[in-house]
Amino acid sequence: MSHLYFMLTLTAYSLSWSCYLAFLNTGRKLLGTCGSVLLGLGLVTHYFALLERSRGLHTVPYHDLYGSMSLFGWLLALTYLALEFYHQQRSVGAFAMPFILGFFLIAHLAPADRLSPTVAHGVVFALHVTLSILAYAAFALSFVLSVIYLAEERLLRNRKLSNVVWRLPSLELLERMSHSSVLVGVISIAIGTVLGFIWVDRLTGQYWFYDPKYVITLVVLFLYLLYFQLARSTAWRGARASKLCVFNFFVVVMSFTVVNLYLSHSHRYF
Amino acid sequence: MEIVLVGLNHRTAPVEVRERVSYTAEQASRAATELRSRGILEETLVLSTCNRSEVYGVPPETSHESAAGLSSFLSEFHKVQPDILSVSLYHHYDRHAVRHLFRVSAGLDSMMLGEAEILGQVREAYKFAYEQGATGPVLNRMFQAALEVGKRVRSETELGTRPMSVASAGVKLAERIFGKLGQRTALVLGAGTISEQVMLQLRDRGIGQLLLMNRSMERAEKLATEFHGTAVPWGEWGDALRSPDVIVSSVAAAEPILDHATLEQAMAARGNRALFIMDLGLPRNIEPAAAEIYNVYLYNLDDLGSIVQQSRAMRENEIPRAETIVDEHVGKFLSWQASVELVGLVDELRARLQHERTAFIRERMETVKHLSAHDRQQMELLMGELLEKLLLEPAERLRGEKVLRRKIQNVEALRDLFLSNREKQ
Repeated sequence: MSHLYFMLTLTAYSLSWSCYLAFLNTGRKLLGTCGSVLLGLGLVTHYFALLERSRGLHTVPYHDLYGSMSLFGWLLALTYLALEFYHQQRSVGAFAMPFILGFFLIAHLAPADRLSPTVAHGVVFALHVTLSILAYAAFALSFVLSVIYLAEERLLRNRKLSNVVWRLPSLELLERMSHSSVLVGVISIAIGTVLGFIWVDRLTGQYWFYDPKYVITLVVLFLYLLYFQLARSTAWRGARASKLCVFNFFVVVMSFTVVNLYLSHSHRYF
Repeated sequence: MEIVLVGLNHRTAPVEVRERVSYTAEQASRAATELRSRGILEETLVLSTCNRSEVYGVPPETSHESAAGLSSFLSEFHKVQPDILSVSLYHHYDRHAVRHLFRVSAGLDSMMLGEAEILGQVREAYKFAYEQGATGPVLNRMFQAALEVGKRVRSETELGTRPMSVASAGVKLAERIFGKLGQRTALVLGAGTISEQVMLQLRDRGIGQLLLMNRSMERAEKLATEFHGTAVPWGEWGDALRSPDVIVSSVAAAEPILDHATLEQAMAARGNRALFIMDLGLPRNIEPAAAEIYNVYLYNLDDLGSIVQQSRAMRENEIPRAETIVDEHVGKFLSWQASVELVGLVDELRARLQHERTAFIRERMETVKHLSAHDRQQMELLMGELLEKLLLEPAERLRGEKVLRRKIQNVEALRDLFLSNREKQ
């Protein structure tokens, strides 16, 4: 990754986080707007960093752990910004930015491990991977939103209201934002998985062969569909549904780490 | 140009005086017309709220002189003895009047620090006076700036975001849970003063539906009509607890009127939708154990009172930021005022110098009779050009002065040096 683009992205994301934190602390709208603008600029420089690196290595960004994690960070930033714009709510930025910044930086420290160059080819494969990573990013965002929901709900129920609580989104809005995020994730993972099966069929002539990654992906899809269903039910409405969302993300993390690195035969970095 | 303000507010006058000196729309219009027709003020604006009655104006004379006329007019207009009024009235002039208005608009001068309603009241008062033709360039500029100050203070500080009363704390908490209340239903138990205050807050925050339950159905219906709500029969909890998202209870009762079991049943019947309860009764109307029920948020008087205490401290911390915005806009207004004054001053100076030139030529040309008419005309033209040049340089220097205070001082000095004798004459 180009040093210049790396530095520009790091600066933009760091300043964006500072602005979001200051916005949460002071409530000044200008700071929130600055946070969004800087995040947008960071997205642009991050995109060029990914593009330049892909061109330099003559490969796709998700060809190694570095690129895969960096792409994850970029898609997380993109999903967050879209959600912020859609719901007109900037208070969550202070909580989403550490994840975006974290993935961007951790990618830089990832070992120089790489897939064999023969596997990653074609638009179907590219879409399969990009949509899968987008889904994980959206699930990560729903996790952040659910954690905020649970914290705010706890404070409201215990009648311990700090200054920050007054600046956070309402519980109802957090729930809606989390739903929107999960919806993006579910649609992405569903299409991404179908494309994956199509690609495998083209490559090997068969749709299915046993791989723990397939199983856990279908489990993730099922768990998020269950979340949608339960979040509207009598017993699970509110905090319980958010706890399920948090649990689901731990399954996603398992899929992204343990299953990818140690169990899967065909999914190493996504 | 001078600005004068004469008024009274909650700090200077008791309610008995304030209610006598308040204005209806018709009175405000009449007062503004009379003040102008009698020549007391050239521009007028009456600002009348439950906590203040103020008259802003631009007088034909200097403001200190017109303030006395304005005070006696108010005494006569409201039929209040001058000695009663004089102890309650405050007078502000020029920059102090501007600053006062900006602070009012920002909510810094309100009984409830940072209240939002005052900005709407200032806007309404200005709109009314403007439509009546009572304002002019000075008050237009001043009130437009005041509205800008009010908006900035509310968007850039947290002066108005925190609850100031138990009722508003409860409603703001409901918004923490449900967001906007437009699609929500509130059930108010009891029809006393506290219930009215909460209903007022709920209505202001755009509550979707208001249900009112009271032991006296007649009273419930009366209040429900007033607040565009619906009265429901007392004690029919099964139906009454199914729809509301917010319950406000302020009933005089020795025992809780809603216990844990009733609310638990109600929550099951309503599919565990979140329920926010404000228990404003003393003794408490809701069994405290109900706070343990899933998705029930129960706040009593003490809980809400402590939020109000916290908010008060937070609001007070925001005062310096709000004052900075006020100061910035006062500076801008004075700068505009100084630039306008400068234009007026230069015009006055020019007229004075032209007058002197004409007099000088008429007097001295008698002694140089050998000059032809053409030469005389040339001399007059040259003298005119010289005067313009003499005038232009200080005017440009004044216009370019960056320090507002020095600019105003220079304008005043110039006026004193060249025009004060003429004014006295």
